Amino acid sequence: MWRGMNDTEPSDTENMKAMKPKNDNNIDRRSFLKRMGAGAAIATAAMTGCDTKNVTPSADGSLAQSDIPNDKMTYRTNPKTGDKVSILGYGCMRWPTKKTGDGENDEVIDQDEVNRLVDTAIEHGVNYFDTSPAYCKGESEHATGIALSRHPRDKYFIATKLSNFAPETWSRKASIDMYHNSLRELRTDYIDYMLLHAIGMGDDAMDAFNKRYIDNGILDFLVAEREAGRIRNLGFSYHGDIRVFDLMLSQHDKYKWDFVQIQLNYLDWRHAKAVNPRNTDAEYLYGELVKRGIPAVIMEPLLGGRLSKVHDHIVARLKQREPTRSVASWAFRYAGTHPGVLTVLSGMTYMEHLLDNLRSFCPLKPLTEEEMSFLYETADLMIQYPTVPCNDCKYCMPCPYGIDIPAILTHYNKCVNQGNVPESRQADNYREARRAFLVGYDRSVPRLRQADHCIGCNQCAPHCPQSIEIPRVLHRINDFVEKLKQGTV
Amino acid sequence: MLRKIRIALALVFFISITMLFLDITGCTRAWLGWMAKIQFLPAVMALNAVVLAALVAITLLFGRVYCSVICPLGVMQDIIARMGRRGKKNRNRYSYSPSLPWIRYAMLGLLIVAIAAGIGSIVALLDPYGAYGRIAQNLLAPIYGWFNNLLAKLAESRDSYLFYRTDVWIRNSVTFTIAAVTLVAIAILAWRNGRTYCNTICPVGTVLGALSRFSWLKPVIDTSKCTGCGLCARRCKAACINAKEHRIDYTRCVTCFDCIDNCHQGAISYRPRRKEEKQEPDVSATDTSRRSFLTGIGVIAATAALNAKSVKVDGGLAVILDKKAPRRVTPIVPPGAQGLRHLAEHCTGCQLCVAACPNGVLRPSTRLESLMQPESSYERGYCRPECTACSDVCPAGAILPITRAEKSSIQIGHAVWVMENCVPLADGVECGNCARHCPAGAITMVPSEPGNDSSPKIPAVNEERCIGCGACENLCPARPFSAIYVEGHERHRTI
Repeated sequence: MWRGMNDTEPSDTENMKAMKPKNDNNIDRRSFLKRMGAGAAIATAAMTGCDTKNVTPSADGSLAQSDIPNDKMTYRTNPKTGDKVSILGYGCMRWPTKKTGDGENDEVIDQDEVNRLVDTAIEHGVNYFDTSPAYCKGESEHATGIALSRHPRDKYFIATKLSNFAPETWSRKASIDMYHNSLRELRTDYIDYMLLHAIGMGDDAMDAFNKRYIDNGILDFLVAEREAGRIRNLGFSYHGDIRVFDLMLSQHDKYKWDFVQIQLNYLDWRHAKAVNPRNTDAEYLYGELVKRGIPAVIMEPLLGGRLSKVHDHIVARLKQREPTRSVASWAFRYAGTHPGVLTVLSGMTYMEHLLDNLRSFCPLKPLTEEEMSFLYETADLMIQYPTVPCNDCKYCMPCPYGIDIPAILTHYNKCVNQGNVPESRQADNYREARRAFLVGYDRSVPRLRQADHCIGCNQCAPHCPQSIEIPRVLHRINDFVEKLKQGTV
Repeated sequence: MLRKIRIALALVFFISITMLFLDITGCTRAWLGWMAKIQFLPAVMALNAVVLAALVAITLLFGRVYCSVICPLGVMQDIIARMGRRGKKNRNRYSYSPSLPWIRYAMLGLLIVAIAAGIGSIVALLDPYGAYGRIAQNLLAPIYGWFNNLLAKLAESRDSYLFYRTDVWIRNSVTFTIAAVTLVAIAILAWRNGRTYCNTICPVGTVLGALSRFSWLKPVIDTSKCTGCGLCARRCKAACINAKEHRIDYTRCVTCFDCIDNCHQGAISYRPRRKEEKQEPDVSATDTSRRSFLTGIGVIAATAALNAKSVKVDGGLAVILDKKAPRRVTPIVPPGAQGLRHLAEHCTGCQLCVAACPNGVLRPSTRLESLMQPESSYERGYCRPECTACSDVCPAGAILPITRAEKSSIQIGHAVWVMENCVPLADGVECGNCARHCPAGAITMVPSEPGNDSSPKIPAVNEERCIGCGACENLCPARPFSAIYVEGHERHRTI
């Protein structure tokens, strides 16, 4: 239908704007996977023509933007609407910022840069943009709206969420206002993909879900909006309590979820429980969706960078297999390889992120069975490193007592991956590691925002999509810092 | 040759002592800390008999070489005087002036009275090493710190851990002003007339001058060779050579050897003395610059303190108010100081401990009775258990050396809880940060309503176990005033 798309299912593309709820959930599993995966299969066949053989790396070994084909994006088909969705979706949670002053909070989204990123993405066939009223301190929708409105509305799909986390927004009116504001900020009169945001989170997830969407009738409202055509697809994103997920799917007949957004990556496929017993393996989540023929939108394919900033040993392992591909590309190709996946979201802050991902997806070269098991083995190795599963999403922020939680956890993970968390004073690199840890700590986190100031009020933990017990982890890290400082490791 | 040796040694001492105040890593202090300990007045205050005996012996042998080599304030004046002598016209521009013994002995008397009465601030003002320390710590250290931070920024951009950032802050505007005024006054005197300060005001100079009259080696004018050209006198920064009468005032001669090198006739030589020279008891007009110096010291200008800028970070961050120091009835002084009185009686206010403190705890006091002497406060950090930096460096015996083990049992104060500020009561959240970080285990969290275990937990301080380190005060989330603060003890105790 538009440039760069693999016309895999012409009959469906015509139905793109068909809003009538069809009996889509009757698709049996095999035909569902077939339809979803058709694009990928054809793309693979076509790919041989434009693989690295034909693309010459520039002098410094990296691939310049011009070397990325802009007509080879792999697309997946939405079985209900026939939307041809690019396998790479743009996550709008991590837009680049620029300083406006000297204050710590004097930062705004760098709109020029956002426009440039969006233009490049669209030019290369990316057509799914995922935002939320909560992202980027509430500025993401506005910035995304500006950037997208410079392109024809039928060139892209907008996904946003009803992010009524705060109790003040639980009322019917406040929630509906939030939805209408999203339309306004995004400069559109319909939303392609609307999500209930992060259900399953909070101390009492079921209670929170009921208060946010059921008691105030908001879910029914959204279903009605779908009937009216102002919402083309209705789904939900899920983190945390599995009972809420199961409940939602058990009501599929009633609500007819058009898609579901889940966290999927080669670490979470089988090791989600190792990170936190509350979490659920992606293998289960994905399997449940495929069973019902519901397309999966993938978030955290890279775990907020944790699958690219890995331990040196893991880097070596991956690079030996694919010396010219980035570490991150493995994670993206892994997520995209699953045929039930509609799109893989990536929050690309820098042009380099975008270009690297475009390289992975223009077109997607699915992983082989052997490569998949290689990644699972890699995941087994990875969980031996005691990193904290923080994806730097900043949902926990701002801490009312000024702690920079993600910065502390990111620094700790960096030191773990670089081997700078000495286990004893007898360790070979004790002195260097101690210096790197402590000096780096002061650099990454201002003293007043370090873990020793965490009072354990626990206001952050319920917001964490990864269910990290933040105060406990911060206190543990601070104990380690104390031992390093006192030389009693 | 002698002059070159003097200059080389003086530079070694001067640079090393300056580094004691600038170095942020603490390495210099570990290696060169002895250079502070051989300073005269600190050694007096520390009753360091070995050092004093050695200094007296050196002076009796060689004259006031202490003043031209070991004393950093003396060497600083030589450096400034050298700059003032640049250019042909200025090279030999000094002239003989008579001694002003009544000022010198008045200053010495004042010092003795101040020491006897334990008026630390006057002792601190009169100590030449302390004066230099204040200049180095207040005026040079910030420049060094900024330069270091520049390097740290470069290192950071290269992913190197070679340099790290340090906080640059003015600890106390009064002491800063005193240091600045001292520097300006002494610099003017030195630029114009060389060693005026050393030979009119400095009580250490007076004591050593009295001794050096009897020194074995001294510069002597050979009248048989002397043509009376007066070049030596015009070169003498101590203004102590009376060329007309071929006499040298040995109480003021700092044994710099400039005259020996400058004499075209080779008429001056450094050799054992033969005969006692007569002193000239001349009392002439008061040096006006001296007066300006003294009045200058009294000026307390409120310079705008540089607020330490906090580092900027991404993301939504709650604003953190700077902590404010509570009004403490009794000031806190660091462990090893034994108590307020011991510190006041020994400290010469050199700021070496302030420079050495890596936790931003020590700063010069603003109280009149202990002006410029160190005091602890916990807005920027607390007295960490692994640190004994101040006690390691103190040259005056004001903060006596302690070990880490000893430190953990020295009680310098005790924590006081302030109910109105306590976060569990004010914000209704769990806290316990004071208890969590107390190295002495002196704080227990107890229910605020007796018997009701679900009521908010508040800290209960066991004053007997508390050592007053300030971890609780520093890490208390209540701002700007902490909900728990340390009240000092006049005399430290061992628990």
